Amino acid sequence: MTLFNLFGKRTFAHGIHPEEYKATTKEKATRRLPFAPEIIVPLAQSIGKPAKSIVFKGQQITRGEIIAEADGFMSVPIHAPVTGQVKSIDIVMTAKGEKAPAITITTSLSSGQLILESDIQQDYLRLSRTELIQAVKNTGIVGLGGAAFPTHVKMSIPDDRKIHTVLVNGCECEPFLTTDHRVMLEKIEQLLGIRIAMKCVDAPKAIIGIEDNKLDVLSAIKPHLPDDGSISIEAIETKYPQGAEKMLAYSLLGIEIPSGGLPSEVGLAIFNVATLAEIGALLPAGRGLIERIITITGDTVEKSGNYLIPIGTPIRYLLEYAGVSGQEIELILGGPMMGLPIQSLDVPVTKGTGGLLVLDKHATKQGDVLPCIKCSQCLQACPILLNPAELGQLAAKRLYDIMEEDFHLNDCFECGACSYVCPSNIPLVQYFRIAKTLNRERHLQDG
Amino acid sequence: MAKTPLKIDLRTSPYIRKAPSVPQIMRNVVYALLPIAAYAIYQFGISALALMCTTILACIGTEALFNKLSNKKNTIVDFSAVITGLLLGMTLPAGFPLWMAAVAGFTAIAMGKTLFGGLGFNIFNPALVGRAFIQAAFPVSITTWTPALASDRFIEFIPSTLALPFMKPLATAEWSQQVAIDGFTGATPLALMKFQGIFTDSYDLFLGSVAGSTGETSSLLILICGAYLMARKMLDWRIPAAVLFGAAVTSEFFYFMDPSHYPSPAFMLFSGGLMFAAVFMASDMVASPVTPLGIFVFGCLVGFLTIIIRLFGGLTEAVMYAILFANAATPIIESYTQPRIYGARKKIQEKS
Ligand code: SF4
Ligand code: SF4
Repeated sequence: MTLFNLFGKRTFAHGIHPEEYKATTKEKATRRLPFAPEIIVPLAQSIGKPAKSIVFKGQQITRGEIIAEADGFMSVPIHAPVTGQVKSIDIVMTAKGEKAPAITITTSLSSGQLILESDIQQDYLRLSRTELIQAVKNTGIVGLGGAAFPTHVKMSIPDDRKIHTVLVNGCECEPFLTTDHRVMLEKIEQLLGIRIAMKCVDAPKAIIGIEDNKLDVLSAIKPHLPDDGSISIEAIETKYPQGAEKMLAYSLLGIEIPSGGLPSEVGLAIFNVATLAEIGALLPAGRGLIERIITITGDTVEKSGNYLIPIGTPIRYLLEYAGVSGQEIELILGGPMMGLPIQSLDVPVTKGTGGLLVLDKHATKQGDVLPCIKCSQCLQACPILLNPAELGQLAAKRLYDIMEEDFHLNDCFECGACSYVCPSNIPLVQYFRIAKTLNRERHLQDG
Repeated sequence: MAKTPLKIDLRTSPYIRKAPSVPQIMRNVVYALLPIAAYAIYQFGISALALMCTTILACIGTEALFNKLSNKKNTIVDFSAVITGLLLGMTLPAGFPLWMAAVAGFTAIAMGKTLFGGLGFNIFNPALVGRAFIQAAFPVSITTWTPALASDRFIEFIPSTLALPFMKPLATAEWSQQVAIDGFTGATPLALMKFQGIFTDSYDLFLGSVAGSTGETSSLLILICGAYLMARKMLDWRIPAAVLFGAAVTSEFFYFMDPSHYPSPAFMLFSGGLMFAAVFMASDMVASPVTPLGIFVFGCLVGFLTIIIRLFGGLTEAVMYAILFANAATPIIESYTQPRIYGARKKIQEKS
């Protein structure tokens, strides 16, 4: 298993090497964007239950105060990203294309926008595990790498599982995005966050995994690592999708996360580096998550860069600020491989948004779909070692149940590597997304 | 693809892609075949040129005809018909009557490809279907070999080339005797081996100075052209490698048993159309498996069958049938060689 790692670079099997397109923004230090006049805060920003609003229309709110409470275990609270007045609590358009409730706030431009901190400065290292996890939950943090999974849920490891290593994901394998890169260079709180995570899952050791296109991070972090060697940093091959949990676990440790299982099953807990950096910054100050770093980039963006922006800032405002030329553009939230298309300019940035990508429509144009020529390129790209060619043929025949039962459809995590390499332009991932959705509905009906 | 009147533009991630398009791949295969074609023309003169032009035109014409009949979009631009024609021409003897070649081209596309639904759906390599058909229809012509490097080859057709349709082609034996540089027997190295027990020097086979089909004679050139495609990632190196591996192991086995009776592996690898078929025929993506293990099994099967048919069957052109047989076995091979996925659990593994 680890034999593969003995020769050459440490990595996983298959995968692709897309152009990186990171050069334009990776050297640019994070800058704060001015506050947008209006902020839209959706109540559902993470996987799990939406938060419950506790403000009313017309209420004055202060930056950092809780405006929506967690609703149960699988939910996190939301803090006010700006000081201002609640304009409405209404249904708005969200990035996923669905309409969902959100709190709209009119920013008070005259106020100093000081952050309301909780009075109790938490002595976090004295807290018990459960208290610490609760403190993490109170910050409202979710996975900032894109999945937006509530971090405290991930940290709540069942008692019968022992975690031996925390893996800190600093791969950022999506082309164009450079936020994690900047976080690792700029935010020294990340190490504190890592220690908190280690305490929460009771792990003796942590490894920061980065791709070897970010070696500057290595020299930046190394001097700050603890002497006892409990935290280390390692570079692995730059290859997409290195930042997927399963790939990271294999590349760093030669461990496979079992199909359909959680990393904790094999003694691992995996967190995105930006998430832990936020925890390291928020927890000691008793603050909540109100802003995040996103990369705004693309061929036609004038002021591309990494920006610290309040959560809830509308895309329209970002585009106006960054300056976008060109008429036929495609807007994508996230990276080019797994990002979401934007349906409306009034969609806000949420906790899980890592990037705003502006691409020329012609550059993203996909050619005509031709029949599969069985070139096997997709098999050689799929990091899960699935058979996308066969899956694609089955999807065309609508044999969705066979896809799931015999061809491991549910192990596909929609990384898009197969579509990327297909010479026949077959939209394989789209097929798989549709198949999964239909299967899910069918299972629900079957009860 | 099912025809839908409504065209929905599915624009979701991934937004970037990097893949040579199908026409691009096909075009490059044509480029890779050109040097081999040029060498064939050098060896056999204008007859080879006329032969390859005929098969290509027949294939393109047939494809166009069927496109028209079925009101499909023009698929000529994807170059796959050109490849079929070129491959087909190269597997025929240089003096093959042109009208028969045209029939072969028509059969290749009509029966080998269109019948199955066009590119991507063909179960067999179309060129081989065409060749198998005429092997049965014109068994004499397809085994009539003429010498390479005949003195007047650039100004004079081989007599049999211009045979009128449905006429028996002229006998070439006498002509061959006249133009041959030295004692030409009219037999390919494989036939010599099989029927007369004479082993041709592997070195001659490698360079191609022997009798044989138009494009199959120089193993060296074939390897170089194949390497170009492999370097551009447009040809899966694993298939030719597995074919040669299978052939080498099988023939080594027999050679080891009785070296005086059975030919050496080197002879087997470099003779007949094996090299050409391994690099350009067996590797036809559409008709070969996609799974990693399946590719290996497929290749070995082709190599193994080739040697067995050559040694014990009544045919010398074994590789063609070996590939057709393996093509037919592809779905079965695939279903037994699905890859083990990342993180597969024991239970699941046993089940599949
Ligand atoms: S999208 Fe799914 S099938 Fe395609 S490469 Fe990624 S994991 Fe494999
Ligand atoms: S990459 Fe596309 S054409 Fe090639 S085998 Fe996969 S689905 Fe078929």
